[in-house]
Amino acid sequence: MTSFPSLLHSDDELELRETVRRQLAARSGWSTVLERVETDSPHDPDTWRRLAAETGAAGLPVGEDAGGAGASWRETAVVAEELGRSLAIVPFLGSAVLGTAALLAAGDTELLPQVAGGERTAVLAVPLSSWPGREFPTSVTVEGGALTGSVTSVADAAVADVLIVPAQGPDGPSLWVVESFETSPRTALDMTRPLGDVTLSAAPGRQIASGQQAVDALQQALTVGAGILASEQLGLAEQCLETTVAYLKERYQFGRQIGSFQALKHRMATLWVDVTRARAAARYAAGCLATQDPDTAVAVAVAAAVCSDVAVLAAEECVQLHGGIGFTWEHPAHLWLKRAKADQIALGTPDRHRSRIAELVDLPLVG
Amino acid sequence: MTTPAASAETDDLRNRVQELLSSHPPESVDRLDFLRARFDAGLAWVAYPEGLGGLGLPRHRQRVVDDELAAAGAPDNSPRKIGIGLGMAAPTILAFGTEEQKQRWLRPLWTGEEVWCQLFSEPGAGSDLAALGTRAVPDGEEWVVNGQKVWTSMAHEARWGILVTRTDPDVPKHAGMTYFGCDMRGPGVEVRPLRQATGEAEFNEVFLTDVRVPDTDRIGDVGNGWRVATGTLMNERVAIGGQATPREGGMLGMVTDVWRSRPELRTPGTHAELLELWVRAEAARITGERLRQQLAAGTPGPEGSAAKLMFSDLNQKLSGLLLELLGEDGLAYDDWTMRRPTEVHFHGNRPGYSYVRAKGNSIEGGTTEVLLNIVAERVLGLPGEIRVDKDVPWKDLPR
Repeated sequence: MTSFPSLLHSDDELELRETVRRQLAARSGWSTVLERVETDSPHDPDTWRRLAAETGAAGLPVGEDAGGAGASWRETAVVAEELGRSLAIVPFLGSAVLGTAALLAAGDTELLPQVAGGERTAVLAVPLSSWPGREFPTSVTVEGGALTGSVTSVADAAVADVLIVPAQGPDGPSLWVVESFETSPRTALDMTRPLGDVTLSAAPGRQIASGQQAVDALQQALTVGAGILASEQLGLAEQCLETTVAYLKERYQFGRQIGSFQALKHRMATLWVDVTRARAAARYAAGCLATQDPDTAVAVAVAAAVCSDVAVLAAEECVQLHGGIGFTWEHPAHLWLKRAKADQIALGTPDRHRSRIAELVDLPLVG
Repeated sequence: MTTPAASAETDDLRNRVQELLSSHPPESVDRLDFLRARFDAGLAWVAYPEGLGGLGLPRHRQRVVDDELAAAGAPDNSPRKIGIGLGMAAPTILAFGTEEQKQRWLRPLWTGEEVWCQLFSEPGAGSDLAALGTRAVPDGEEWVVNGQKVWTSMAHEARWGILVTRTDPDVPKHAGMTYFGCDMRGPGVEVRPLRQATGEAEFNEVFLTDVRVPDTDRIGDVGNGWRVATGTLMNERVAIGGQATPREGGMLGMVTDVWRSRPELRTPGTHAELLELWVRAEAARITGERLRQQLAAGTPGPEGSAAKLMFSDLNQKLSGLLLELLGEDGLAYDDWTMRRPTEVHFHGNRPGYSYVRAKGNSIEGGTTEVLLNIVAERVLGLPGEIRVDKDVPWKDLPR
């Protein structure tokens, strides 16, 4: 912890951000997203394919020798920030972040190149509400190389080609790649990130990690997930702040711009301070993830705790300060609100991350 | 990340430090002689121009020098005691001063031979600094100054003050101001302690009665004082919010020390609050680091205002939590007697004192409310406050 990673974007990262932002604006504006959420297949495979092809978004942290883009979790965080702004419905979190992190940590080389290249979508089968430090799941068991059980609330399950499944085998925890499973969709609070319940009925699988390695790989995947999600939350908060400030300048009541009222100016300035704090925390977590810094666990817990709450506040302010229009279906504010609230629960609530910090930095309640 | 050019620069800096150390061995050379030699070697503040204590290098290069000198046990210039000079007066002199002023003032400022204080706020001009009424009237090659300044830290130790005055009362308030360096030892300057809520007097009131300031001590043009003062204040906010701290440094460390050493005080509610504040403090610390990286990269952002807002809020909440946590010990206060501290400390290191002192953090250096206005208008581009005094000559303002 003697030296900080760079907390500023490099020129390459800025260029990546522009490319992703341009693509998402052209292909998946919020009105497109709003149209998709009420269809039977809300996921947007075309946008995902294009994004993966043009920016390598499906495999940024994967080495070029393994079919990836040879970048790092920093670049992954850049893409996450833009996806938090646009809410494009793509399996980035489920596959390019959680699935990829699990495959990398398990040392898999068979499936990883296909996932990194965007040819197959490999989703980590855990409830989205899982957190780093949770006990290894027991809802799926293995008998004679076949997996049976179910996993609820799995993000991006609907478009998964394969699942990476944590399961209890005869020798304890293990991680499996499974190709045969049933998915039933859930009606999710966050309409822009579809959840599914998956069921495995004596499904054949390929074991990629077992014992402590499986436990560590799942822990690593959830840590990466929480750290990258912080950047998504940052992007969402930035988008809400910018949209709200713009509205306060254009909306007139009482014969003046409502943004000239000090009560509203101070709320926006306070939110800007919060977003500034969130940006620093998210960049630090991404920087630590990229170099496997010894401080990564603390950095991720801090970023998750900060960015979760800032995103929710930003979305709530966005709804409130837009007044009536902010409560309508056709305004995107409710999409951001639902994503922010679901993200606050996803991969560990702020309270769970703070409890984790208590362990990591020795500030226990008892002992 | 280190480029060959940067590493050559580092080597060059280390060589310069070694030359300084061998020509002026700290163990045998007088402290002041060493500091003067360091200034003359361009190692005082490497970002300053050559000939003025620097080498024209990026700010972050200073660390190479400071680390080398600290390792060699060299004396420093007691930066805590001369913070106003280093953080506010010096950048202002550098940006707006004449060549003669830079040569005359910067060296003794940096070595600490001449302490600087800030003569800005007045009883009738706090948040509305531009309403100030201390008059400066020209008289030949001099100005005659009359008025009262307040909240002046270190005035009783200072040789110089950065002074903002009203030179033209017939134009609107922002237009008629002029900035000076004021000799605090001159006739007519009277410094009185200003006792504060903590019981002590870090600050002073300064009464200026027919003080004669030579025109050669004017900083910036006549009537341009507001612009010069605004530059000074931006530096103040960076100085207050932008200090490098280790994890759990500052006020947070006082709370975590008590938490770890006194388990009998812990409750679930204070635990939750502690962790919440720990996270906020850590995020504020990383924000400060990000601000420093921006400055080093030559792209300063508006994060300085954010850091100041975070810092004052945190100090207040943490010092409040500390007293609550301490229970019976939180009922105690160490000493209410009137004292004169020799340095400004934004939260102190004693629980009761910190609680009271931190209340000043959201007032000094721009109140939280004014800073939020500044962020809303300058960063977010929201409409400015309605200014009823904009076109009114200063002398006609209601007061």
